[in-house]
Amino acid sequence: MSMLASYLTLAAVLFCIGLYGVLTKRNAIIVLLSIELMLNAANLNLVAFSKYGVVPSLTGQVFSLFAMTLAAAEAAVGVAVLIALYRRRATVNVDEFDELRR
Amino acid sequence: MLNFNIDFTGEFFAFFLLAVCAIVGAVLAVNFTKVVHMALSLAFTFVSLAGLYVVLQAEFVAFVQVLLYVGAVTILMIFGIMMTKHQSEGQERGRPLLETLAAIGCLCLFGILFYAIRSAGFAKPDVPLPDNNTLSIGKLLYSTYAIPFELVSVLLTVAFIGAVALAKREEDQP
Repeated sequence: MSMLASYLTLAAVLFCIGLYGVLTKRNAIIVLLSIELMLNAANLNLVAFSKYGVVPSLTGQVFSLFAMTLAAAEAAVGVAVLIALYRRRATVNVDEFDELRR
Repeated sequence: MLNFNIDFTGEFFAFFLLAVCAIVGAVLAVNFTKVVHMALSLAFTFVSLAGLYVVLQAEFVAFVQVLLYVGAVTILMIFGIMMTKHQSEGQERGRPLLETLAAIGCLCLFGILFYAIRSAGFAKPDVPLPDNNTLSIGKLLYSTYAIPFELVSVLLTVAFIGAVALAKREEDQP
């Protein structure tokens, strides 16, 4: 089992744990953090391929830097939306944000 | 197909240790009941991933990971936790069917991914990465990826202004 396969397996494990958190947790902050975990798993794949890919280059690391920047922007906007919703509904439970469904 | 012919090098031991730390942090984060404990154990996972980036010769990415994820995102989430109430922490249980289905789905996805990783043939890399990691990334960012770099700065500004506008208290509306 090469090192690349080990890194990809670890990233798959982290991605699946993050997906489980997104699907089962009710607290919106935990859902956001689980999404960050999934993004981190994707970043790990990019960095692993930048070293162990067929043509090793720094492009994978540059892409992971861009992905991290987007994740930070997403977290900031996500927490802002969450606080605006909390001010309106006084809850962070994602089950209760169902106004569009009713 | 499942031949685990692992060569026990120093890199493998470092990888194994950090991978165990990352997975333990993630699993604990899913299993904790208090929200702050979840955020802190995910910070532990992010630190372990930064260590894995160092093992992968991506020192600059590791530094940015510590700065951005452990420093910014986790602290932002803890701010979000402190600005909202979490009185319903104890009564998380009660949806065993949904949790079982989600667990089965995630395990199936992991099985598919694991099968794909095991059955893919990866070629051996031929050239090593450049030594001076940060210098090379800086040169790449300001030459080849100059336009995406500037676009990302525009996006960060937009996200920053948008976050302020969203979280600002609306005075005139009830």
